[in-house]
Amino acid sequence: MATVTATPIPQVVAHSVEKPMRGWVDWVTTTDHKKIGIMYLVLTFAFFGVGGVEALLIRLQLAVPDNTLLDFKTYNQLITMHGTTMVFLFVVPVMAGFGNYFVPLMIGARDMAFPKLNALSFWMLAAGGLVFYASVFFNPPECGWTCYVPLASKDYLPNGGVDAWIFLVHLTGIGSLVGSVNFYVTIANLRAPGMTWSRLPLFAWTILTYSVLLILALPAIAAAVTLLLTDRHFGTNFYDPAEGGSPLLWQHLFWFFGHPEVYIMVLPGFGIISEVLPVFARKPIFGYKAIAASTLTIAFLGLMVWAHHMFTTPSPSVVLVFFMVSSMLISIPTGIKIFSWIGTLWRGTIIFATPLLFAVGFLGTFLIGGITGVILALYPVDWQLHDTYFVVAHFHYVLMGGAVFAVFSGLYYWFPKMTGRMMDEKLGKISFWTMLIGFHVTFLVQHSIGLDGMPRRIPEYADVGNLAIYNLISTIGAFILGIGILLTAINALRSLKHGAVSGPDPWKANTLEWFTQSPPPQNNFDAVPRVRSVEPMKDIRAEIERRNNEPNPVSA
Amino acid sequence: MIALAIGLTLVSAGPASASFWAPQSGGSPNADRIHTLYAVVFAVGVVIFIAVFGALVYAMVKFRARPGAVAEQLHGNTRLEIGWTAGAAGIVLILGIVTFLMLPGIRNPDNSDADGWAIPAGYQTAKDKELLPEDGKSLNIDVNGQQYAWRFTYPDADRDRQNNVQAYEEMVVPTGTTVTLDIRSSDVGHAWWIPKLGGKADALPGYTNHTWFKIPRGKEGVYVGQCAELCGRNHANMTARVRAVTPEQFTQWLASQKSSLAQAGVAADEFREQQAKNDAAAAAAQAPEAEGSETQTPEASTSSDDAESAAGAAQR
Ligand code: HEM
Ligand SMILES: [Cu+2]
Ligand SMILES: [Cu+2]
Repeated sequence: MATVTATPIPQVVAHSVEKPMRGWVDWVTTTDHKKIGIMYLVLTFAFFGVGGVEALLIRLQLAVPDNTLLDFKTYNQLITMHGTTMVFLFVVPVMAGFGNYFVPLMIGARDMAFPKLNALSFWMLAAGGLVFYASVFFNPPECGWTCYVPLASKDYLPNGGVDAWIFLVHLTGIGSLVGSVNFYVTIANLRAPGMTWSRLPLFAWTILTYSVLLILALPAIAAAVTLLLTDRHFGTNFYDPAEGGSPLLWQHLFWFFGHPEVYIMVLPGFGIISEVLPVFARKPIFGYKAIAASTLTIAFLGLMVWAHHMFTTPSPSVVLVFFMVSSMLISIPTGIKIFSWIGTLWRGTIIFATPLLFAVGFLGTFLIGGITGVILALYPVDWQLHDTYFVVAHFHYVLMGGAVFAVFSGLYYWFPKMTGRMMDEKLGKISFWTMLIGFHVTFLVQHSIGLDGMPRRIPEYADVGNLAIYNLISTIGAFILGIGILLTAINALRSLKHGAVSGPDPWKANTLEWFTQSPPPQNNFDAVPRVRSVEPMKDIRAEIERRNNEPNPVSA
Repeated sequence: MIALAIGLTLVSAGPASASFWAPQSGGSPNADRIHTLYAVVFAVGVVIFIAVFGALVYAMVKFRARPGAVAEQLHGNTRLEIGWTAGAAGIVLILGIVTFLMLPGIRNPDNSDADGWAIPAGYQTAKDKELLPEDGKSLNIDVNGQQYAWRFTYPDADRDRQNNVQAYEEMVVPTGTTVTLDIRSSDVGHAWWIPKLGGKADALPGYTNHTWFKIPRGKEGVYVGQCAELCGRNHANMTARVRAVTPEQFTQWLASQKSSLAQAGVAADEFREQQAKNDAAAAAAQAPEAEGSETQTPEASTSSDDAESAAGAAQR
């Protein structure tokens, strides 16, 4: 033993083998987290487009009272496809897309922990989307994205649409589960030297929480849809009250997944905001620990509020009270986040680039969604508001105005890293304002539509109260919003070719993904710097400056 | 805050049917109390919104990048952070207290007014006491949702459920009288909702749900609503109406319903004897009532009510 003086390092003589470029084959066989991330983003944004067209059709039908543009069956199919697409095929997986691309880069890893499983997650998502949209050629489901029983049972919807929906839930669910385990292991094990938990970027914190929530919530809906499948095809009666089953069981299982799902959708958005604000205010995030802790608190409480979607069901008062109180409590950590974000902007020097605009647009909009959330959480009040357009407005404020604005902020922020080119600032700003105005024109008035007595999920309404004018305003807003989104799509496609070359760190940002080239090489980093704070890039820039200013630079 | 709430109520007191900022009310005390509770939270929400949004806008204007401006490299402020956490918790606590104070008045039925309809002693249901007014007296109507219509079954003094007065689409009730509802479904989920008369209650097969309302004397008239839970393709056409009449008119209405029911019962018995062989087939043919009706407001005149009740009786 004493003879060994140096640690033996395995020496590999590397001769680089020129791989022939194989185009798309490279993409479908890749296990590189960056390519998988790009595929996630491309696929999910495509689904966003499809879901958006469905939304515009819905709004067209509702533009005027007693419209006969769409028949009732088609309308129900459209709302089901719209909701399912946006939730299962856009917002949840788009976060996985950003997570895939950026978590390894941000924590200084060379790839995800399990690259092959990572590819599997993506292909499960693609398969789920394919199965679901295949139903368009037969009979798309008509049960809403919540597919409540008994409506979704074989007695009332015998055709295959509901089954396609079930398979979508299963396939995308397996993909998400595998992906979540992968994120968890990656963040737990592959962090750069010196990156302690309290130096983990806040986006990575939210992706970690997203993964844990998915792991906890998905089994409930997997069970729920499996029971539905056996009820529909194998003669079981889990949900049939005539045979001792219970339709409430479905609602509990669905929402035990469904509420955490809303935080699954929005928490990574919070993470993006927490990355973008400090960069463009040129100031550290205000209250890093409080923000990270409130992420975890929201996730924890978020697992205990599911029955606030069931306040009008025949449930005992104690149940209603419990879920009311837990839902109200969630607004406290949510408030902490909002205050800390404003604290981040306070006394900064704010640069009004497009990512910042979207982040601030998110802040203002999400604030309204959070306030209406508290109103809905009071169950006697919810008795009036439940299943009306007020709820539709609420969840679009948090999902479209919240999560999706955050996604757009992330897109403008990270596009240079992914492509090596900047998106056009002017077009980006036009797109932002169009989207912001379009969004509020569409959804603010929907609160009043609901208060005026219009339930959700109805294809036609009578010309009573102010419904006609409110709905027309909402439809006009939807088209403005659509144009705004289209502008960003054009911007992204054009910038791929014509955008200004960005260099490794165009924003002078804080986290490690900006340490490497844009786009990053296959191995991400040749050398991973040691991390000394939450803002390693700031440290590195300061260090370079210090060395440049030294009178006699010591040669390294 | 309260002043703001009251102010808003006055400002928007305009056209009765149009609700701009708060849920509809005016037909029943529970709806009015929900409206008040909503107004309080809404006012608190408006104040919070103005404060937070104001801070955001101020920051955007005041702290925009200017030549020479330097960002303060600040990582947090523990006292401030504890302060706003406590503030948020305080607001939630206050809202919780207000809600708990108002909850009983919304959930538990009021007593009927002295000049309401005198509920015959024999009409009492074996309902859980908590679901009845304090004096134990209410007009308890059974509401059954089915694709795509509501059926209302009125109580009577005997135990035979077959001879009760029934109505479809339109529920006739006396004013000044507490009406409690037992809400059920015989197929998929539906939700009972007449906005001016209070909140929703889901109708789920296998369960009985409950709600109540009491339309004040002097507010006789028609209150409309529609099903609020997706129940199939004609969900949008599953409307519901409550026609509030004076207690005297209600007594008359009930009596006329009963007598025509009795007549129809006799006729039905004869009919049944004649058709004894293919009874089942004939009954099935009469069953799907509302299916084909495209009209938004089915004119439920007394005679068509009679016909429906008769059909209902004949089926059995
Ligand atoms: C302050 C925090 C929040 C509270 C207290 C809250 C409360 C509620 C309540 C009580 C409902 C049920 C309303 C009803 O159906 O009658 C609801 C619905 C909903 N919320 Fe929230 N919410 C909050 C934030 C969020 C966030 C952050 C999201 C998503 C990113 C979200 C997404 C949704 C969705 C999608 C629905 C409707 C689901 C459906 O019925 O289809 N909410 N919220
Ligand atoms: Cu929820
Ligand atoms: Cu319905």
